[in-house]
Parts: sequence; C-alpha cells; structure tokens
Amino acid sequence: MKELFLVAIVIMIFVVIFQIAKASEYVSVLKGEEKTRKQNNRINGFMMITVLVLGMIGVWYCNHLYYGKTLFTQGSASVEGVQIDNMLYITIAVTGFIFVVTQILLFWFAFKYQETDKRKAFYFPHNTKLELIWTTIPAIVLTVLVVFGLKHWFLITGDAPKDSVVVEITGHQFGWEMRYPGKDGVLGRKDYKLYNTPSGNSLGVDFEDPTSHDDLRISSDMHIPVGRPVKLVINSQDVIHDVGLPHFRLKMDAVPGIPTTLWFTPKYTTAQMKERTGNANFVYEISCDQMCGKGHFSMRGTIVVDTEADYKKWLDAQKPEYFTIYPDRDPTKQNQAADSSKMADKTVAAVMPIKK
Amino acid sequence: MSSAVTLHEAGTHHAGHDVHHDHHHQSFISKYVFSMDHKTIAKQFLVTGIIWAIIGGLFSVIFRLQLGYPEATFPFLEDFLGHWAKGGKLQPEFYYALVTMHGTVLVFFVLTAGLSGTFANFLIPLQIGARDMASPLLNMLSYWFFFIASVIMMSSLFVQTGPASGGWTIYPPLSALGDASIGSKIGMDLWLVSMAMFIVSSLLGGLNYITTILNMRTKGMSMTRMPLTIWALFFTAVLGVLSFPVLLSGAILLLFDRNLGTSFFLSDIVVAGKILPNEGGSAILFQHLFWFLGHPEVYIILLPAMGMASEILSVNSRKPIFGYMAMVASLFAITILAFLVWAHHMFVTGMNPFLGSIFVLLTLLIAVPSAIKVFNWLTTLWRGNIRFTPGMMFAIGFVSLFISGGLTGIFLGNSALDIHLHDTYFVIAHFHIVMGVASFFGMFAGIYHWYPKMFGTYMNNTLSYIHFWVTIIGAYLIFWPMHYEGLAGMPRRYYDYSNWESFKMFGGLNEFISVVAMIVFAAQLLFVINFFYSIWKGRKVTTLNPWNANTLEWTTPIRPGHGNWPGEIPEVHRWAYDYSKDGKDFIPQDVPVGADESKH
Repeated sequence: MKELFLVAIVIMIFVVIFQIAKASEYVSVLKGEEKTRKQNNRINGFMMITVLVLGMIGVWYCNHLYYGKTLFTQGSASVEGVQIDNMLYITIAVTGFIFVVTQILLFWFAFKYQETDKRKAFYFPHNTKLELIWTTIPAIVLTVLVVFGLKHWFLITGDAPKDSVVVEITGHQFGWEMRYPGKDGVLGRKDYKLYNTPSGNSLGVDFEDPTSHDDLRISSDMHIPVGRPVKLVINSQDVIHDVGLPHFRLKMDAVPGIPTTLWFTPKYTTAQMKERTGNANFVYEISCDQMCGKGHFSMRGTIVVDTEADYKKWLDAQKPEYFTIYPDRDPTKQNQAADSSKMADKTVAAVMPIKK
Repeated sequence: MSSAVTLHEAGTHHAGHDVHHDHHHQSFISKYVFSMDHKTIAKQFLVTGIIWAIIGGLFSVIFRLQLGYPEATFPFLEDFLGHWAKGGKLQPEFYYALVTMHGTVLVFFVLTAGLSGTFANFLIPLQIGARDMASPLLNMLSYWFFFIASVIMMSSLFVQTGPASGGWTIYPPLSALGDASIGSKIGMDLWLVSMAMFIVSSLLGGLNYITTILNMRTKGMSMTRMPLTIWALFFTAVLGVLSFPVLLSGAILLLFDRNLGTSFFLSDIVVAGKILPNEGGSAILFQHLFWFLGHPEVYIILLPAMGMASEILSVNSRKPIFGYMAMVASLFAITILAFLVWAHHMFVTGMNPFLGSIFVLLTLLIAVPSAIKVFNWLTTLWRGNIRFTPGMMFAIGFVSLFISGGLTGIFLGNSALDIHLHDTYFVIAHFHIVMGVASFFGMFAGIYHWYPKMFGTYMNNTLSYIHFWVTIIGAYLIFWPMHYEGLAGMPRRYYDYSNWESFKMFGGLNEFISVVAMIVFAAQLLFVINFFYSIWKGRKVTTLNPWNANTLEWTTPIRPGHGNWPGEIPEVHRWAYDYSKDGKDFIPQDVPVGADESKH
C-alpha cells in the first residue's frame, strides 16, 4: 500500500513537471520565441554563477563533514605510509588549486559572456604562446609529482629489510590464514596438491620438509610487533583476493599460483591506536580489496600490533602446526605418546598423498 | 548475413512493382528494421542504447537500495526478483550480478555502442559530405551484431544460476570457475559469447568509420578542415579496431579455460574443496589482455564526447574552437598514449616495480594533452556570446566533470598513491565522474544538439533544462563525497559495510547517496519521456540551420532522405569554425572564401 502511494506520488510529480513544460512551450509561442529564448538564457546564466557559488560552499561543507572520517586525522599506522600521506596532501593541494581555478573560470566565463546584443564574440582561433604555456606548466608540475611518487613506489615495492618479521598470509573464499616460520625463520615448502581439510592441512604444507615442523598456523588475529619491519608473503588458494591494509596505506593482490610480497613497519600498537582514535573498539582490519565472490564483503581479517614483549609472549604460546596434525610426535607429549610412535608412519600415509 | 541481403532485395523488389512511388520507396522492414541508411542505423543504435541505459541505471538503483539501507527489507523486490531477493532482501549473489551487469551494460552497450554507434553513424557522412557510409551493408550488420549481443546479454539475466557476477572486468579464476561463484556458471558463458558478438559489431562499425572518413570526404574537405567531432570519432574508431581484438582473444582463451580444460589463466587452485589439475597458467595474463582493451576503451567512451563538446561549445559561443590544431594533436596524443598505459590498473598485482614506474610516467603524460583540451575549451568560452541551448549546457557540464574527474586521475596514476586508493570508492568516484557521467553529458549534448537534424523536431526546452540542472548537481552530490570514503580506504564492491569497524561510519552517507541516485535516475526518465514524446509531438523545425552552425549537416533538407542531399553534395571551402569572423556571425563551410576575407 505504502509503495503504491509512493509510486502514485512520483507519477504525479512527473505529470505536473511535464504539464508545466508543455505550458511553457505555449507561453513561449505567445510571448515570441526569440524573447523567451533570451529570457531562458538569462536564467541559465544566472544559474551558472549560483551553482558555482553553492558548489564551492558544498565542497567546503563536504570536507567539513567527512574529513574527520578519513584516515588522515589518525595518521598513518606504518612508517612508510607517512610519506604516502604527505604525497596525498601535496597532490590534493596541487589538484585542488587547479580544480578551483578552472571551475571558477568555466562557470564565470559562462555567466559573464552570456549572449547580449551589445557584444560581438571575439574571433580568436589560436595563440601559440598561450598554448605553449599551458602545455609546459602541467608537464613541469607532473614531472615533480612523478619524481616524488616513484621515489616512494620504489621504497615500498623494493626488497624488505633482512631482519623483517615474516608472516605468510593465504586468502581463500572467504577468509585469511596466517603462517609463521617459527624458530628457524624459514617457511616450510607448500604444494597445493597436498591440500587436505580432514587432516587439518588446509594450507597444503609439505611436512616432509623439516623446516615446516616449527611453522605456526594461525586462523585468528595476525600478531606483529611494533617498530620492526614486517614482510607479508601473500598467497591465494582459489581466486584473486587482495590484502588491503588501509591504516598502513598498503595493499597487495593475492594471486593463485603467483606469491606476492609486501612489507611495512608498524608505527603504533593496537592499544596506542585505540587512544589516538579515541575508539575503544579500534582494530586493524584486513579488507579483501579484490572482488572474490559472494562473500567478498565479509572477508575480514584482523591484525594486532603488539609491543615487542607482548609479541614474544604470544609467539611462545603458539603450538607448531606439525604437532597439531601429528600429536604423537610432539616432544612435550612424548611420554604419553610413546606407545603410539610406531603408528606415526601410518598416520603420515593417511593424511598425505604419496609424493615421489 | 544472407537473410539480411534477401530482405533488402525484397525491399527493392517491392519498390519495383509499386509504380505510384519513386524508387526511394521502401517497405517498412527495409526502411526501419534492416535499413542501410546511416541515419536510421544511428537512431537504432541510439534507441537501443537508451533502453540499455534505463536497464543499467535501474540495476544501480536496486543495488544502491542495498548499500543505502543494508538493514531494511523491500518486499516489492521479491515480487520482481523472486529468490534473488528472498524476503525482500537482495541476496549477495544477485547484488554482485547487478554490479557486474551495471558496469558491462553501461561501459559497452550504452557508452560504446550507444554513444559512438549513434554519433559516428549519424555525423560522419553528414559532416564530411558523403551520401552514406563506405559500406552500408557492413554498417547494417554492425547494428544487428550489436542487437544479437544485446539479446544474448539480456537472456543471461534469466538463466537459473543468474548472470555473470565477477565484476565487469571478469578476472579469472573467479570468472573461470563455476564452483567459485554461481554467476560463473552458464551466465559467464553467455557474457563471453555476447561480448564476442559485440566485438564483431564494434569492428564492423570501426572499419567502416575509418574507411568512410579517409575516402569519402566531399570536394574541398581536407582532413584539417574536418569538424573536431569527426576527428574524435576517427580516433575512437582507430582505438576500437586495434584494441577490441585483444579482448576477443582474452575472451576466447577464457572460454577454453572454462569449457575445454586448458590452463591459460589457472594454476594451483583448490576451490570448494576440490584440487584442480590446472598448473602453469597466469591469472595476471588475463588482466594484461583485458586492460589492453580496457584502457583504450575508456577513451573510446570519452573521445566522442570530447569531440561533440568541442563542436557544440564553439557553435554556441559563436567563436571558433580555440587552437584547432592543438585539439587534433591532443586527440592524437591521447590515442597513442591510450595504448601504453594499461598496466596502471594493475599496480597492486605484484608487478615488476620498474615496469610499474614506466606506466606511471606514461599515465601521467596523458594529463598534458588533457590539460591542453581543458584550457582550450575555457578559452573558447572567453569573450564569446554564449547561447545556453540545452546542448550547450551539457557541453559546459561535460567540461566541468572532465576537470573534476581528470584531476583525481593524477592521484590514481601515481602508483605510490594508487596502492592506498586502489579498489576503493575513490576509484569509483574518479571513473564515474570522468568517464561515466562526463561521457553521458557529451552524449546528452550531442542528442540535444542534433535532435532537430535526427527527427525534424525540437525537444522541450523546459524539461531539458530541468534535466540538466538535476543531473549535474545530482552527479556531484553522488560522487563527490565518495572521494572521502575512498580516502578512508573503503573498498568497492562490498554488499554490506556494517560489520567493519573501519568503514561503518559511512552508513549515513551511503543512504544519502542512494537517495540522490534515485532522484537523478528519475530525472533521466524525464529525459526519456521528452525524447520519445518530442519525436512525434515536438515543435517542428522550420529553418534549415536552427543553431546557425557552419557544418555541412545543416545544408541538408530538414528531414534528409536516403543520400542526404537531394542534389549535388556541397563543396567545402573553409574549416568549420568561422564564427564571428570579419563581423559575420557565421560563415558555413560551403561558402567560398571572399577576396577581401582576412586570414587567420
């Protein structure tokens, strides 16, 4: 009922506008078409300048409303992102200036040079000097922006520092899983064909590779320490995903078959960010930024940035995946599991396809 | 093809018997359906484009409902969409299908076929002084391949598993695997086949436009005397002919991956618990193939709008377009650069940083010819004597939008900033303003300006002005605040933001945008009503040259027949922009140069 009512109102509005428009056409015939045309011209000329003024006020008002909701106010949460923010500011200043000047010229010219019998248009087909000026100046401005942009681009996409904390992050429909290399600092080999959910080997880790034995698999928060470079090794199991880290000003696609990397240095712990933003619920979120299917919008990951001490504590509390899958090989449980050690080989055969 | 020829022959056969009419008489079918007259084909493209625009716009209204009111239910949606809107709640699968189809329809069916299909067909022969296209038959086929593509795409909306839903960029593996997304089942095959037909249409059209412009100009119409519309349509056709085949190859390889078990784009995939045998393919390869068309496509959409805006600004400022040669040169520069910047859509795919830096450089280079164009348009208005015809209003609006959207391209083209802004609402704001709305403004400008030539009637002025002001103000209200959402990192293509701590604060803004979007959509219906009503009931055109323009189309009869000029084709003696020269308001192109005329 409510919908029918709404539809009726919309149709009514259409009919009214249409009738007014038709009537105005008859009026113009009565008044003389030339006279109506000139009147329309004056109205639209006036509208041009009005909309320019209101538009500029609107731009200011929009900024007033929403600037506080952008990430600028809380500052970049990564050391590298500070440079990105600075570049954003510079680019906004440059383009904002050009925007204001050109829009004012456009609407002001439209208003000022509207048709009048008193003036004849000025025949001005070209002027090489002017054209050279507005070819050269944009070229120079852009060169400056490109130089700064590429400096930051090479920094961000360059190799991660040697002492980086390495975390592997793997996307699948629709979630993230992390893997930490453990004490040896090396991630064990993976082969997607070893993927096996019943056994719990959902990342397809090759447990015949001894470097995998101390690797940690984490499916909840990703923990990283503050102030140390972090290198993410990014994988996907099915379609293309994207590790989006808005607070750190970074993102990188997760492509099946082609691992990618990304590195940054967290600047504030989660606790510090809660203070900075005044939001007790603040959390670093990983958003999937590449369309990946019906659950794309819910593919949320979270990062906890810890102090070095908290990070150590958290890390020590984790149990290697190897021992979760083969509990009988866990040295801490060796005593209870002594009997079952003979069974270990059988278990391996059960959960892993035979590799040549 | 054969059926079309037969129908045409049937038409002439019929005419041969009908002695009461002259030999131009044609049956209804050969005159309005399988017509070979470029003007009729143009109108066919236009009307099909308008129908698609309404459908594509409606898609966006429906998914804006979801974005604006993620908590609400709309029982009437279930009446229309059935299980796709169970309980009045749009399902995520169908939300993504709508997003995908909105992009596909508007980019390809409306702003490529509807825009350059209409105006290249209509304006090229009329403005260069030709009786028709070089090959009227190919021209007709071009429309009918577009029609077939339309039918196939439309039918994909009605299959049980729904239409393609992986985004209009159809990146594999999502688009390759039916197990990854329900829209990647039969809907995706239909999408690919439809696009293949569309590409055939676009190639037949493009080859025809290029051939016609190069070979069929009337006496005296040298290339440098052509109106800028023709230059723009020429470069558009070149872009299309050279880049669409690459998409075709990508589409065919994707069809192979989907149906024949090849691994061009697939490798190391576990989907829905199944380990796929495909190894060695590259998902990124598809993106290269796609964007090698995809980026030129942006200019295929934009250049005709630029050309028409240039022409209309000049006519209604009563001034020559400023810097004609610079305008042509910048169109040329944009055309070349359009082929060299595609990978700026792929800065976050893990590409080689050095390669990325080259694409940054080439991308930002495009800003130079764009800046030249903007300043030349502004100078064209300067000291003019401006008549605000509806066409002129939209041309001015085009320039405003092109500036706003073009400037944000400087952010996105700079890879370091793009990493942060990539796939956020900032991108949506950027490309909708600069490519979507701006090109629509160019298209509206063209429709209002050439409507009297197309139909011999005028559209209603009051409705046109309301249409303009609601659309430009609405477009800015919709897309301007999206920049802020983008700066907050809000990702695009999300069905619901309310569970995200980082993005949920934009709920109110999203609702506001949805309301404005609905109002703007309603204003477009006003245009549609005006368009169709005026064909039959509009004020009749009584003068040959209602805008006092210089170009050749206004030397034809008010309603030109097949062949355009009843007698000889006029000879051209000057460029198209002698406005306010030597104290004369305008001097049409077919007027010989006087002995005492000044040189510019």
